[in-house]
Amino acid sequence: MTTVGGQAAGGSAENGQAAGETAEQGQAAGEAAEQGQAAGEAAERRVRVVLVDDHRMFRAGVQAEIGRTDETGVEVVGEAADVDQAVTVIHATRPEVVLLDVHLPGGGGVEVLRRCAPLAAAGENPVRFLALSVSDAAEDVIGVIRGGARGYVTKTITGRDLIDSIFRVQEGDAVFSPRLAGFVLDAFASTDAPPVDEDLDRLTQREREVLRLIARGYAYKEIGKQLFISVKTVESHVSAVLRKLQLSNRHELTRWATARRLV
Amino acid sequence: MPVTARMPETTDDPPVRKLYRSADGRMLGGVARGLAGHLGLPVVWVRLAFLGLFLAHGPLGVLLYAAFWIAVPLGVGGRSQEARTLFETTSDGRRRLRKPDRGQVVALIALLVGAAVFAGTADLGGDANRYVWPTLLVGVGVVLVWRQVDNARRAQWTDSGRRKRLFQLARGLAGVALVGMGLTVFLLVRGSVAQLGTALTAAIAVLAGMALLAGPWLVRMSQDLTEERTMRIRAQERAEVAAHVHDSVLHTLTLIQRNADDPSEVRRLARAQERELRNWLYRPEGTGKDEADEPDTLADAVRKAAAEVEDKHGVPLEVVVVGDCPLDEGLAAQMQAAREAMVNAAKYGGGGGAVQVYAEVEGRTVFVSVRDRGPGFDLHAVPDDRMGVRESIIGRMRRYGGTARVRSAPGEGTEVELEMDRSEEADG
Repeated sequence: MTTVGGQAAGGSAENGQAAGETAEQGQAAGEAAEQGQAAGEAAERRVRVVLVDDHRMFRAGVQAEIGRTDETGVEVVGEAADVDQAVTVIHATRPEVVLLDVHLPGGGGVEVLRRCAPLAAAGENPVRFLALSVSDAAEDVIGVIRGGARGYVTKTITGRDLIDSIFRVQEGDAVFSPRLAGFVLDAFASTDAPPVDEDLDRLTQREREVLRLIARGYAYKEIGKQLFISVKTVESHVSAVLRKLQLSNRHELTRWATARRLV
Repeated sequence: MPVTARMPETTDDPPVRKLYRSADGRMLGGVARGLAGHLGLPVVWVRLAFLGLFLAHGPLGVLLYAAFWIAVPLGVGGRSQEARTLFETTSDGRRRLRKPDRGQVVALIALLVGAAVFAGTADLGGDANRYVWPTLLVGVGVVLVWRQVDNARRAQWTDSGRRKRLFQLARGLAGVALVGMGLTVFLLVRGSVAQLGTALTAAIAVLAGMALLAGPWLVRMSQDLTEERTMRIRAQERAEVAAHVHDSVLHTLTLIQRNADDPSEVRRLARAQERELRNWLYRPEGTGKDEADEPDTLADAVRKAAAEVEDKHGVPLEVVVVGDCPLDEGLAAQMQAAREAMVNAAKYGGGGGAVQVYAEVEGRTVFVSVRDRGPGFDLHAVPDDRMGVRESIIGRMRRYGGTARVRSAPGEGTEVELEMDRSEEADG
């Protein structure tokens, strides 16, 4: 297992920083992660969240599902319906996690990520982003991840799983929906093209196995059991994949990213 | 997304029967075929008539034909309007060539014979005889170029591939060359060779200058036209599908209001509509397919099976596919088994939320897993009916040389894993 060293932070100014933190966070979050993923223990966990989505109905629904702070530990501190609003609200409230819709008026979730990059890279209390979308388009999904989001879930996710994902993002982990795992496997599929950067353009066998199990609908705990590794190790594999996803110059990834004008 | 056969707007069945030149199955300008279609005669007769005119009073036949050619618009005369799709490209991007009909071949031979006879017999006396060949050359060249222009017009409703375009270009050039040759021969016959050099140089200089001046503009214009045309066709297609989608969304909303007190039906309707919409929004260009079509690749087959099970049992199935390949016999069997597994998961494990379906093509191996989060069961204490189904899954996979594993434990849900190697000849 490779640890993400500090040198990663010297990489891309936008994403490298976030990746650098993963290592420290990963160590710190170890104990928290060991406690399992049940939202039932949320009572002692707290997280401040901003909802960014242009559909008022959806925001209301999410608010109703996760916003009961006493039960869930999630406190919704702000909402926004477009890019400008979102940037303003995020700067004003400094939440720990932003639930970010991919399609937004004013440039989409990607634009929010771009304009909040300094906050995301802050050493103290960084703002982390979890993308939420109805979209199935690979370029959308890969696009927001390369833009700096720490995960991607579809809007059909259950309230409980969403709360779970929010806490996981707060702890600095990555959250992959089965669909995102599928896209990543596709993007890193073996091609004849030689890798530009051996470390970034290839997935290790282990990472592949983990992604495959995520795509098959396994929870982290189940993946750990299946591969005889700890949940923490599963998480570090997923974080490594996220980092590769954000920094790799692989042709497919770049293509998807340029489709969203990210590069 | 079906590609509908659309006739171009210019050839909507006109109320009055008009005379058109035929765009296909023609030799020169399609005049004979168009006339034949218009008059309801076999095309060979018309061609023979023209040929007869041509032989009897040379200029008259030619003049008549030329007059028709210039005056009559190109359309789809003379051919029964069998429904021909706009894009007749097969899935692998090949276009089938139609065999030329025998009438064409016969007519071509007749034409050549006629031309030869004419050239031989046209004894216009003394000097003029020498002009016959150059005139013929020029004539053939002009005909070639004219056909070229016709083709450009025709391209509005047949998309021409790159090779075809090259061929057309070659034909145009050949026409120009023939005309040039004819003119050169004229000059040679009329004047002395000494003048030829100067005349040629001057002509070439003028031509080159014109090409330089008008060339870029012409090229850009043709590019713009092509681009505009493809854009229009694409927009039209999309608009059609959008209309269809909007229509079915409205239908679904109506049905949902009607069935508001039947939650499972509402869920089923919403899910089916969502699928259709996703299909339209997120499928890559050109792979748009109706769910009614028979799938021919693995990814399509998996999605289709999942869609059917979803509709029938009202349990959502989330499908993730990595890679793709064409279906063969073994994989078809695997799809059957996967479908059984999906039905099982929906029936017994649907209580635990969405069923997760994962299919992956890796090298020669195709792997499919179907996982539900239902109550699960003890494999050693299965009721008979489930045993039967399991046999049908495992047995079927074995018969075709694949493997199947079923894993389940009470409280853990159930997972079926199917693995099958692709056959050697199917390469995708």
